Amino acid sequence: MKTDIILSGVGGQGILSIAAVIGEAALANGLYMKQSEVHGMSQRGGDVQSNLRISDAPVASDLIPKGKADLIISLEPMEALRYLPYLKKDGWLVTNSIPVENIPDYPDLDEIMNEINRLPHKIIVNADKIAKETGSARVANIVLLGATTPFLGISYDKIAGGIKRIFERKGREIVDLNLKALEAGRREAPSK
Amino acid sequence: MNKVLLLGDEAIAQAAIDAGLSGVYAYPGTPSTEITEYIQASGEAAERNIHSKWSANEKTAMEAALGMSYVGKRALVCMKHVGMNVAADAFINSAITGVNGGLIVLVADDPSMHSSQNEQDTRFYAQFAMIPVLEPSNQQEAYDMVYDGFELSETLGVPIVLRITTRMAHSRSGVTRKPVKKQNELSFPSDPQRFVLLPAIARKQFKRLIEAQNTFIEKSEQSSYNQYIDAPNRSKGIITCGIAYNYLMENYPSGCEYPVLKIGQYPLPKKQLLHLVESCDEILVLEDGYPLVEEALKGYLGIGIKVKGRLDGSLSRDGELTPDNVAKALGFPQEKTTEIPEVVKMRPPSLCQGCGHRDVYEALNEVVKEYGQAKVFSDIGCYTLGALPPFRAIDSCVDMGASITMAKGAADGGLFPSIAVIGDSTFTHSGITGLLDCVNENTSVTIIISDNETTGMTGGQDSAGTGKLRAICEGTGVLPEHVRELIPLKKNYEEMKRVIREEIEYQGVSVIIPCRECIQIIGKKKKK
Repeated sequence: MKTDIILSGVGGQGILSIAAVIGEAALANGLYMKQSEVHGMSQRGGDVQSNLRISDAPVASDLIPKGKADLIISLEPMEALRYLPYLKKDGWLVTNSIPVENIPDYPDLDEIMNEINRLPHKIIVNADKIAKETGSARVANIVLLGATTPFLGISYDKIAGGIKRIFERKGREIVDLNLKALEAGRREAPSK
Repeated sequence: MNKVLLLGDEAIAQAAIDAGLSGVYAYPGTPSTEITEYIQASGEAAERNIHSKWSANEKTAMEAALGMSYVGKRALVCMKHVGMNVAADAFINSAITGVNGGLIVLVADDPSMHSSQNEQDTRFYAQFAMIPVLEPSNQQEAYDMVYDGFELSETLGVPIVLRITTRMAHSRSGVTRKPVKKQNELSFPSDPQRFVLLPAIARKQFKRLIEAQNTFIEKSEQSSYNQYIDAPNRSKGIITCGIAYNYLMENYPSGCEYPVLKIGQYPLPKKQLLHLVESCDEILVLEDGYPLVEEALKGYLGIGIKVKGRLDGSLSRDGELTPDNVAKALGFPQEKTTEIPEVVKMRPPSLCQGCGHRDVYEALNEVVKEYGQAKVFSDIGCYTLGALPPFRAIDSCVDMGASITMAKGAADGGLFPSIAVIGDSTFTHSGITGLLDCVNENTSVTIIISDNETTGMTGGQDSAGTGKLRAICEGTGVLPEHVRELIPLKKNYEEMKRVIREEIEYQGVSVIIPCRECIQIIGKKKKK
C-alpha cells in the first residue's frame, strides 16, 4: 500500500497534530513514512501545508510529486483548492467548510464551494460545529481526520491508537475528547 | 527494530546527545531552531548536564562551541545559513586553530527562501574554510552523520560542517538510535600554541590545513556516504548531493537506469567522480542550493566535460529541487495537472491580532505622516511583517541589526527623521554595537526597540535582553531622559505619538522601548 496525503490549512489550525497522529499510527503499523512540514514565517496566519507519505516500501522523496496525492485533508476550504495540482485524478478531497477570512480579498464562499463541488470525490464537513458539539472547538482537526479514516490505508483502531499515544502526556480527558472527535468525524465519511 | 519518529532537526539533536555531546550553542533561526529546542526539552540531556541555553548570536555561539572543544569536550553549534555570515570570523579561523574535542557546525540552508532573505549555500563557506562537509539525504543519515561526525572531527582535527536544507530539517521519518556514548573527559590540546593565531603560528597552522586536504579527499573516497551505484545506460551519469538523491529515486522507483554518484561527504571524492566522468557521455548534477559541484566539474569556461544542471537551464538557477523539476531535468514527459482555481487568493503571513508590534506601527505611521521625508529602517523578525498591508510601515529589512546602522548612515547623509525599528532579540543579537556608533557621534536617530520579551518569529525562545534593555542603552551612553518606555496599547496611542514626536525632534540618539509580551507566549503559558 501507498498513501500520499497533503494536509492544508491556515497557520495555527492544527494540521501538524493530524500529521503526527497519522504518522504515529503508520510507524506503529510497521509502515515507512515521511512527513514534510512548514515552520517559521508562514505560521503567522499564512497558508500552511504538510506532505505526508505512508507506504509498505521505503519512501524516496519527502515531497509529493504533482498529480500523485491520494488525498487532500484541508482545515479550510480555500486552502483545499490551493493544492489541487497535486491531487490525483481520482483522489479524494476532505475539507472543513468553515473559512478563515483573515485577508481583505477573501473570495465569495459560494465560489469556493462551487470549485470544490466540481471534484468527483469530496467530503465537506462542518468540522468546527461538530467539534463544538463534541466538547471543544479545538478538536476540529481531529473531527476532520475522522472523516478521512476510510482513505488512509490504516485501520480506524490504529489511528485511535495514534491519538492515545500523541495526546497521552496531556492527560486522560484530552485523549477521550480527541477520540470522541475522531468518532464524530468518522460518521461524516461515506462507507467505503 | 525500534524506530522513533523524528524531524531531521530532532534526529540531529538526538544523535548529538547519543554521541556524548557536552554542549549545544545556537541562536534561533528557521529551519535550525528545533535542534536546540529538542536538546533543551530532553530529559536525557538534562540528566547529563548538557549545555543548551541560547546564545546572543551565532558568533558568540560558534566561539563558545570552540571553547568547549578546546577543553576536549564534544560541542555542536547550530544556525541558519545567514547566521553563518555572523559566525564567519570565528568559523573560518576555527579551521586554522583546529579542534580538540569533536566540533560539528550545523548549518541549515533555506533554498526557495521559505523564511529567509537569500538562498546562500553553506558548502561554499566550508570550501572557503577548507574543511569537510557532511550532507544527509534522509533522517537516518542525518542521525548517523552526527553520531559519527564528532569522531571524524577528532580524527581529522578540524570542525565538520553538517549541511542540511529546509526539507531535511522539517521532514519527519523513523530513525533507529545507536548506543549512548559517554562525554569526553576534560583535556587540553597537545599543542596549545595552535590556538594562538599570531601570524607566525597561523602561517604554520594554515600550511597544516593545506596539507590535510589530501587526507580529507581520501576520507571522502572511503566514506560510505559517497556511493557509486552503477547501471548499464552510460549515455548519462548523475551526481546527487544530499536530498537530491530522493527526488531522483522518486522518478526511478525500481532503480535508476544511469550510473549515479550519491554524494554525502565533501570534499568531492576524486576517484569516483573521475570514474563517472570517464564512463558516461554527459553528467547531470542534482544539487540543492548553488551549482557548486556543477561549476567545479564544468570549469568557468565550460569547455571541458559536458555537464548539465542549474547553469545550462536543465534546472532553474534558483529555488529548491522538487520531484517535479528533477523529473523535467531527467527528460520525463510533463503530465498535465489541474491548475489552482482562480478563486484562490494569496494568504501571506501577518502580525497576530493583539500583537504589540501592531500598536507600534499604528502610532508610528501617524507620526511619520506628519513629516514629508521620514524613512523607517527595520530589521529581521515578526515586525518585518509591518512591510505588508495594512501597515506598509517600513522601508528596509536587510540583515540582523541593520536597522540602527542604516538609520545612522542615512542620517549622516542628511535624512530627517531617520527612524529604526528593531526587535528586542535582534537588538541584543547585533544592534548594540550599531547603537554605540550612533552614541559616539551623537547622530540624530530615533530607535524603536519593539520589545515583546521573546524571540518571536522562530516560535518564542528566550530573548537575551529581557528586562535589561534600558540598562543596555544607558550603558552605551544614551542619555537616560532619551530612553523612553511605553506600553503599546490602543488606549496609549496619544502618549505613544507624543513620545515618538518628541524624540524625533530631539537632535541626538533616542531610544523608545514599547514593551508588551508576545501574545503567542501568553497563550502558550495559559495552556500549561
